[in-house]
Amino acid sequence: MQQLNATLRRVPEWAVWLVGSLPLILLTADVLTGNLGVDPIRDIEHRLGRTALYFLIGSLMVTPVRRLLRLNAMHLRRAIGLLSFSYAVLHLGAWVLFDMGLLWGQMLRDVVKRPYLIFGMGAFVILLILALTSNRFSIRRLGANWRKLHRLVYLAAILASLHWLWALKLLSSWPVICTGAILLLLLYRAYVAWGQPLKEALQFR
Amino acid sequence: MKLRWSDVTPESIWLNRRALVAGVAGSAAMAAMPAWALQGKPSPLSTDQKPNSFEEITNYNNFYEFGYGKEDPARYADALTTDPWSVEISGLVERPGNYGVEDLAPESALEERIYRLRCVEAWSMVIPWLGVPLSSVLNRAGVQPGAKFVAFQSVLRPSEMPAQRGSGIDWPYREALRLDEAMHPLTILATALYDKPMPNQNGAPIRLVVPWKYGFKSAKSIVRITVTDRQPETSWQTLQPREYGFYANVNPQVDHPRWSQATERRIGAGLLAGRVETQMFNGYGDQVAQLYAGMDLKKNY
Repeated sequence: MQQLNATLRRVPEWAVWLVGSLPLILLTADVLTGNLGVDPIRDIEHRLGRTALYFLIGSLMVTPVRRLLRLNAMHLRRAIGLLSFSYAVLHLGAWVLFDMGLLWGQMLRDVVKRPYLIFGMGAFVILLILALTSNRFSIRRLGANWRKLHRLVYLAAILASLHWLWALKLLSSWPVICTGAILLLLLYRAYVAWGQPLKEALQFR
Repeated sequence: MKLRWSDVTPESIWLNRRALVAGVAGSAAMAAMPAWALQGKPSPLSTDQKPNSFEEITNYNNFYEFGYGKEDPARYADALTTDPWSVEISGLVERPGNYGVEDLAPESALEERIYRLRCVEAWSMVIPWLGVPLSSVLNRAGVQPGAKFVAFQSVLRPSEMPAQRGSGIDWPYREALRLDEAMHPLTILATALYDKPMPNQNGAPIRLVVPWKYGFKSAKSIVRITVTDRQPETSWQTLQPREYGFYANVNPQVDHPRWSQATERRIGAGLLAGRVETQMFNGYGDQVAQLYAGMDLKKNY
């Protein structure tokens, strides 16, 4: 395990970006070779959105993995988070450009009216704020507030999964599993934060 | 003698036979003969818009019995047995009973109807169906006075339809029309697509097509048609009454809670084609608007 950690420590941030660009490269290749099937717009949009959520889940896993498996990937977390944001930008861009065809009026009306778009947009705005403050300067400037601010990622993850579930006509298993994973990761944090005090409080009775 | 679907030689065997004959005759002209194909009489009710390709129409469907993804029907529909098949016509009719597909829609009576199809998910296609007016079928069955609605039931066969083994919808799939909607000349029972027998994923062997309503109103793989005097329960309306009304007329002014219906995306139009404005009654308003005179379509959505 120590050896694994030593190896992990040597993994540079750019390697995460390299791996993280693979889904985009594959998607681009599929678009260029006409491999996407009958409605390429839907596939582009959905694949980008799913990838954003997978990286979001990945960023949420860093802490539990460190605590439970004693594997430390903390120095890679920022890159994972920024990858999630990047895919969210592409997902939103695909919606604006390909799906909605730049119909700004309808987009605006839709976003304020439809829960799944409100959830999605909420998640995006949070990720945007977190991405903008993911630099040394912001971390120094915000001090202790930085940690508090970046806890918003929990809310972003919930909103993103609701965005997905709400867009379905009928529940299907994969989005439910992904939402379940997010809930587990958040429950774990709740347990770490409040579990011990709660246990003690119960024992004192 | 009456021909049934089972009497039809499958296209591949027919082609092989042709090739054999051509080989024996040594005639290149024979080999170039067109494959066995269905033909429908052209109809003035067809749109002159360019139909989507057979490839697109058969690989992008909602047919939830086979799965919720649009690729699922093409992937799983092979398992559905469509022969033998019979449609039970029951309820307020003079001649109830079980009818074969060839009885309901004889090949000689097929009409080509190139229709726009608008899905409630705000995408659209143009599809060249072959079929017969539903009114011809109902007239032959003899609709009794007092009849007001026509209900359709799709096949229930969990062993062949994977999604029927799970929950989601209370199977079998049910849809219905008001009698005047059912008797409208635009409403057809389709048995073919382009010049081929209806592909399973599109609702073989016989399905409904109601072009001024959202796609889900057009029940696929129909096994029962019931004429009744009261408004039947329909699958989507039962599942989500707030989202799916009984009428489900294409209406750009009445939004589905999750999809704006103001515009739609044409399947196959290309990445940068954008959206087109949705037309009232999917563009069939001239023909059908009078059916809803005096009705509040925001309430009766």
